[in-house]
Amino acid sequence: MTPLTPAETEALLLSLRVSSVAIACTFPPAFAAALFIARKTFPGRGLVDGILHLPLALPPVVIGYLLLMIFGTREPFGAWLETHWGIRFAFSWTGAALAAGLMTFPFQYRAIRLSLETQDAGLIQAAETLGASAFDRFLSVTFPLALPGVVAGLITAFSASLGEFGAIITFVSNIPGETRTLPLAIYSALQQPGGETEAARLSAISITLALIGVACAGLADRRLNRALRA
Amino acid sequence: MTIEVSLRHNFGGFLLDSAFRIERAGVTALFGPSGSGKTTIINAVAGLLRPDHGRIAIDGEVLLDTNAQIFVPARLRRTGYVFQDSRLFPHLTVRRNLLFGARRAQDGAILPALSDVVELLGLAPLLERKPARLSGGEKSRIALGRALLSGPRILLLDEPLAALDPQRKSEILPWLERLRDSVRLPMIYVTHAIEEVSRLAENLIVLHDGKVAASGSVFDLLSDPALGRLVPAHGTVFPAKVLEHRSDGLSALGFDGGIILIPQVARPPGSRLRVRIGAEDVIIARARPEAISANNVLPVQVGGGHAQSGTHVDVGLRCGGVRLIARITRASWERLGLGEGEDIFAIIKSVAVDPQTGPAPNGPE
Repeated sequence: MTPLTPAETEALLLSLRVSSVAIACTFPPAFAAALFIARKTFPGRGLVDGILHLPLALPPVVIGYLLLMIFGTREPFGAWLETHWGIRFAFSWTGAALAAGLMTFPFQYRAIRLSLETQDAGLIQAAETLGASAFDRFLSVTFPLALPGVVAGLITAFSASLGEFGAIITFVSNIPGETRTLPLAIYSALQQPGGETEAARLSAISITLALIGVACAGLADRRLNRALRA
Repeated sequence: MTIEVSLRHNFGGFLLDSAFRIERAGVTALFGPSGSGKTTIINAVAGLLRPDHGRIAIDGEVLLDTNAQIFVPARLRRTGYVFQDSRLFPHLTVRRNLLFGARRAQDGAILPALSDVVELLGLAPLLERKPARLSGGEKSRIALGRALLSGPRILLLDEPLAALDPQRKSEILPWLERLRDSVRLPMIYVTHAIEEVSRLAENLIVLHDGKVAASGSVFDLLSDPALGRLVPAHGTVFPAKVLEHRSDGLSALGFDGGIILIPQVARPPGSRLRVRIGAEDVIIARARPEAISANNVLPVQVGGGHAQSGTHVDVGLRCGGVRLIARITRASWERLGLGEGEDIFAIIKSVAVDPQTGPAPNGPE
């Protein structure tokens, strides 16, 4: 394979940046939501759980549209954010990260929730009788035991973010160097006469990234599970 | 050391309404069938359960008083809790499990040294392992060590042997005896196994349907004929001392009522042990029998009450400071027509006496 062209490198690096920021910003709320749903019982818990899964069920273009309705520069909230805080999501790579993060939220939430639900609640009681405060119990017991789920969720969400198309193109359009991630670049190539070769090269990059992601997931899973058994 | 507990707690139709005091260090067994409220009580003592009403105090320090709105959280109560399922932290080595509580101890707590506890419970070869690689018996010992190392004022043991098979149980019992004899801590030991009560406990609280049905010294209660309906496999337990090992294969044990002969025990003369004699293993006779295979014919006095239930009668027999129980049929009871204070003989086969040492393949000697 010949070295990447500047446009390809740009799309690749942008994809990696958008996905990294997306999963990093989604992680805290995903963990908090997972902890809340795994530990609490309240009426409407199933409904809340369903709403948290919604990005999986909704068409991505609908998510993109909803984001546009909230964060668009002409919408009240979007305008307020920009004038008071200087934060702009529309037509910016941060908006792409927001869309990708929202779309892949359920992957993180679900993996973390499952790993918390399989935890023995008795271990928390044991830590309590041994003098650990609530924060201490979280840091020394809950979080380390949830780590396999956390890592699985992060890797799945990262891979899915790399592939996000519909929500990104709807919300922040297809701007080279700003919001044109790999899938959008492939789409653009296919729109041009004779762009098939370019599309094939970009697809090869995507496939390589996906393979690396799968390999990392397998490796991390084995490492973490060994840490519990050794 | 005084522990005062009084609780009322209602969960879905079951009412726990119990009160008791423990006045000294040593093992207090909380005994009763499943669902009698045992675990609820120690969970309340540990602070893992908040009862509807109640008061719990250790040495005058109030841990719970629902009237005064006092509830000390579990982490500040300094109760060492040994759970039935061990609950070791799977991501930590044995060493870090053992030190979990010690690292979080309150200022001024007197902590035992890791090396002492490792030595006491034989944990040295296990220190760098993870819990997944341990047997059930090893996990139980580490859970004991972890609780001890947190510097508790009291140890709460919730059926620590219930999850183990009989072989592992007999491996752990000697360690528990060793713990009882070397650590002067009050321990509340929850169990539904009378063998564990008779082997380990000094005090006994019998729970029935959420209420305290009887409480007192284990030696008094287990030899109370009236308790037969609450305690399965009824029998007397009393302390004894190995006097000598005889050339005929018997060991002579001295107790507060005379001498009893049993098949040779693997303990040196002078060592103390507990002897258990089941009510069903005691025969009574008005006259001293001659030419009989049983090695023990003890002069006793009918006394301490008797209890009739169905087809049998449990008869109390005074033998010095010890009370034996003989379980005989109602027919025999009526035929003998025994009166209170009457001098008779108790006949006990040597092989029926349980010296409560148990096999201890890997345990301490």
